[in-house]
Amino acid sequence: MAVFGSGGSRIGGGRGPSFGFRFFCYALLCVVLMFYDRKGGWLDTARYGLQAAVYPLQLAVNSPSAAWRWMKDSFTTREALQKEVDGLRNQLRDQQLMTLRQAALESENATLRGLTTAMPEVIEKRLIGEVINVEVSTLRQRLLVNRGGNSGVHKAQPVITGDGVLGQVYRIGPFSSEIILITDSEHALPVQVLRSGVRSIALGTGRATALELPYVPQNYDVKVGDVLVTSGLDGVFPFGLPVGRITRVERDPTQPLAQIYAAPLARIEADREVLFIWARPGHPAAPATPESMKVEEPKPAAPVKPAPKPARKPAPQPAPQQAPQPAPQQAPQPAPVETEPAPAPASPPESGESPPPAAEVPTT
Amino acid sequence: MNLSRREPRWAVAFTVLLALILQALPLPTWLEAVRPSFVGIVIIYWAIYAPHAGGIFAPWLAGLALDVFKGDVLGQNALAIALVAYIAMSFHQRLRNQTLVQQSLFVFAVLTLNEAVVWGIEGWSGHPIASPWRWIQPMIGAMLWPFVAMLAGRTHVRS
Repeated sequence: MAVFGSGGSRIGGGRGPSFGFRFFCYALLCVVLMFYDRKGGWLDTARYGLQAAVYPLQLAVNSPSAAWRWMKDSFTTREALQKEVDGLRNQLRDQQLMTLRQAALESENATLRGLTTAMPEVIEKRLIGEVINVEVSTLRQRLLVNRGGNSGVHKAQPVITGDGVLGQVYRIGPFSSEIILITDSEHALPVQVLRSGVRSIALGTGRATALELPYVPQNYDVKVGDVLVTSGLDGVFPFGLPVGRITRVERDPTQPLAQIYAAPLARIEADREVLFIWARPGHPAAPATPESMKVEEPKPAAPVKPAPKPARKPAPQPAPQQAPQPAPQQAPQPAPVETEPAPAPASPPESGESPPPAAEVPTT
Repeated sequence: MNLSRREPRWAVAFTVLLALILQALPLPTWLEAVRPSFVGIVIIYWAIYAPHAGGIFAPWLAGLALDVFKGDVLGQNALAIALVAYIAMSFHQRLRNQTLVQQSLFVFAVLTLNEAVVWGIEGWSGHPIASPWRWIQPMIGAMLWPFVAMLAGRTHVRS
């Protein structure tokens, strides 16, 4: 085989550079692309544009299944629709009953927290997106959704369904975004058991029906059937969104850690609609930010010298944000900590380390 | 130039686009596992029968589209498919004189190389799991080759 250079001259016939040389140039370009794509940075902007370029193709690819769904929908019989309406009506009634005391509970909760008014809901804004393409394999579990940067979606944004946490935004284009599901083998999600408060990390397994919870010691209180909620420590998800249900707990006495598996609550393969959510910044249940975590550390030392601080240093780092507000008495209630809900370090592959169980979710 | 006007550029663009769509079509998981690289097969065809129509650029662009499409590392499929096209171009005169069955042996070898390159880059970029089914894909691609070649042969006048 004639490699590089001489191979091309046979066919090239004096039309510009030989194939060997051209191949060498393109290969070099590929290697540079791969290198910088792994590193991240400026190539993300290029990808943003490229996503827009291939979006029509993705829609075209999706059109057969979309057409099939449309056909199925339009030929649904009246009885089937009536049945569905009845079912939804029942569901609505049940949920209305469940939320009947919501307002009373909220004000009660506010009183217990020592606030004068109830906190608003942690989810400030939501956006419905439609799933265009589903990729479910052991290598990756991803969704392509028809909302992107033009709709205000940003990287590492939480994505949920009515049942629970689905995943987070992994890559965005102007009109579409790629969502990494919590069951993707590269995804890790800090969770806690709702009943006992035990914290762990839910790792994706590459299977749509299983999450793995490593790093839980044998004697911790976890049972089959427990509900997992997000702990909010990752800086991406707000606290308390349902994630999954424990399906299997294996305690081998010779091992230091228990083997725990859970099933995600969001029906990943069935949902055609997903919700992008924005958490209310400064809310007690909002995702932890580096700033709100930092506030916690000096807490024991804080009562020792509260007075000299404002006198000596009028403008440390947190001050510029609170500067426009003249009265310091109003500050503790709304607590405007940070407007950005998703700091960069919380990208999925990096959130693998276990948080210390002593750290508490930031309250007020 | 008289020669360049006869290059089937539209046919190349059309078939490569079709292959991209076939490659990206959502399929059930079991079919997904054995789907061959349609883009690779079509690129081999044009590299053999009209090496100047697309050159190395068309394969490279198709591979890059595949990368963006599948969310892989940028340049992964672009490198593999450009390599496939380059090898096919280097042997194109010999391959033209072979029968379709003989050609499919070559297609099998080159598609396996394609998979190997992609697999190697996936390993480097941190995908720990690889399905063993992926090594079936070149075989299926080689079996499809005679049909693809016959169909693609109708889109242009062979010189």
